Amino acid sequence: MGIVKALKGDTGGQVMLAVLLVVTLVVPVLNLAVPETSFWHVSTYTVTLLGKYLTYALLAVAVDLVWGYLGILSLGHGAFFALGGYAMGMYLMRQIGDRGVYGDPLLPDFMVFLNWKELPWFWNGFDMFWFAALMAILVPGVLAYVFGYLAFRSRVTGVYLSIITQALTYALMLAFFRNEMGFGGNNGLTDFKELLGFDLQSDGTRAGLFIASAAALALGYLACRMIVTSRLGRVAVAIRDAESRTRFIGYRVERVKVAIFAFSAMLAGVAGALYVPQVGIINPGEFSPLNSIELVIWVAVGGRATLYGAVVGALMVNYGKSTFTAMFPEAWLFALGALFVLVTLLLPRGIAGWLPARRAG
Amino acid sequence: MGGQVERWQYLNPGKTLAETLDISHTTLLYVEGVTVSFDGFRALNDLSFYVDVGELRCVIGPNGAGKTTMMDVITGKTRPDAGYVFFGQSINLLELDEPRIAQAGIGRKFQKPTVFEQHQVYENLELAMAGDKRVWPTLTARLSGAQRDRIDEVLGIIGLRDHAWRPAGALSHGQKQWLEIGMLLMQDPLLLLVDEPVAGMTHQEMDRTAELLLSLEGKHSVVVVEHDMDFVRSIAKRVTVLHQGSVLAEGSMDEVQHDPRVVEVYLGE
Repeated sequence: MGIVKALKGDTGGQVMLAVLLVVTLVVPVLNLAVPETSFWHVSTYTVTLLGKYLTYALLAVAVDLVWGYLGILSLGHGAFFALGGYAMGMYLMRQIGDRGVYGDPLLPDFMVFLNWKELPWFWNGFDMFWFAALMAILVPGVLAYVFGYLAFRSRVTGVYLSIITQALTYALMLAFFRNEMGFGGNNGLTDFKELLGFDLQSDGTRAGLFIASAAALALGYLACRMIVTSRLGRVAVAIRDAESRTRFIGYRVERVKVAIFAFSAMLAGVAGALYVPQVGIINPGEFSPLNSIELVIWVAVGGRATLYGAVVGALMVNYGKSTFTAMFPEAWLFALGALFVLVTLLLPRGIAGWLPARRAG
Repeated sequence: MGGQVERWQYLNPGKTLAETLDISHTTLLYVEGVTVSFDGFRALNDLSFYVDVGELRCVIGPNGAGKTTMMDVITGKTRPDAGYVFFGQSINLLELDEPRIAQAGIGRKFQKPTVFEQHQVYENLELAMAGDKRVWPTLTARLSGAQRDRIDEVLGIIGLRDHAWRPAGALSHGQKQWLEIGMLLMQDPLLLLVDEPVAGMTHQEMDRTAELLLSLEGKHSVVVVEHDMDFVRSIAKRVTVLHQGSVLAEGSMDEVQHDPRVVEVYLGE
């Protein structure tokens, strides 16, 4: 019922979810059931690549929710993604057990290497999947809540807010680079073995992660649609367009902002947690300010304030990145910059703005 | 006295501010001996001003007479150096902040119209509607039949029923002004403060606005600040003339127009 209502009039979203459903059903079959010699076989490499793109798409949806509908240009959403990824990475590290290079049953390799004698307190509990999954959502959520509470209460908006979100992710990157932080320093967390007892290298696990990523994207998309089609969503757009007027008709603007911002950060955390087991590593580079800027470009390319545009933008830009970097590795950043300039000048409403029958958000 | 209101509310958490309102003496707003100085300049000088329940009052005066400052004091934007401002006989407005004053039942329309341009006219009214405006109740809010009827009623009052599903940004300047008055009405205020409602309007739009404000008389108290004398003449029963921060004259339009002090102030300009 709620789902039907949330998708009413959202043609782009309906098409996107339908395509996603078909791909989710077909790709694992073509990967697992079709022999490798067949033309129709999809390699495990491709499955994992697609799964990674889907986590990026979920991250882009989270950014579009706050940028497109609430007018907050967050240039730090990569931080929430990375925190979710680290939570999952800590679980995967503890799953290695005594199979590490040093064979310590409790301590991950990098701690043995640093000559640590016991597990830092904040690593406790991460041997349990449910706890790690909870932290992958809660840690980004709480950080976004505290950060948002302080920033929005002081009525920091616009470009100043964007700058401090950049500072947030940059500060986290510097912190996670330090060995003393206990997150593996600049090497990060890697060499994972298994997830919930499933071998991470097996084709079946890869397909399972791909399906989980697709499901997370679909659910996250529907949740965002429910928010933007509710009265709260209309209040969010009102805040984006005339903040003080919204305050004047009796809404506590700061609370609306912090609630949606924190929800968006939690979605980003989920995306990060699904990303890490597929790429097999998480390191402080994920906090790089450049990452956060790049994902804003995905949303701009797809078309902000449409949600499905964010999905399309994330998939297209990343596909382009994968093919482009294979051919001209050095030129990618120039291509990305050119893309952003061209989209801003020629397609201010992104790819979604091209498509007909789109209702203004 | 305002402290008593606060305490009383604390003891009766179910009661809203509006329910504590005491208007048994038929006066809704008391502004008494209010003085406001900005860097030595007295914007309001021992101003006393009363508005009855259901009354439509026009306030005129030359530039700098203190009209907007008076509205700022009533809505909590500016704190006076001296004087009292009461809403009914029990609510001391000087002890409340802006949102609380709005909740108590005072709505204000600013000079420059601001509506939510991306939203439809209907949605603008929905957002302004009185009710629980916290985050979670807003997320799960559904319009009840009575609320739909209320929005429809207001659409009729402001004459925008045919435009209900258009984006507010597509409205003309005059229609935006009416929509903003409609948004005020959705908040169910007892007192509406309306600052220059016909600035930039055509004559036809002015006539519609006059009708609109006159139709509110009786149900709401309305205070209109306006420069346009023709417009004031068309709606005013009682007119208050402000000059240098205090009341120069008060009475019917004819009375104040022939008051020699008013003539002097306006001719002397």
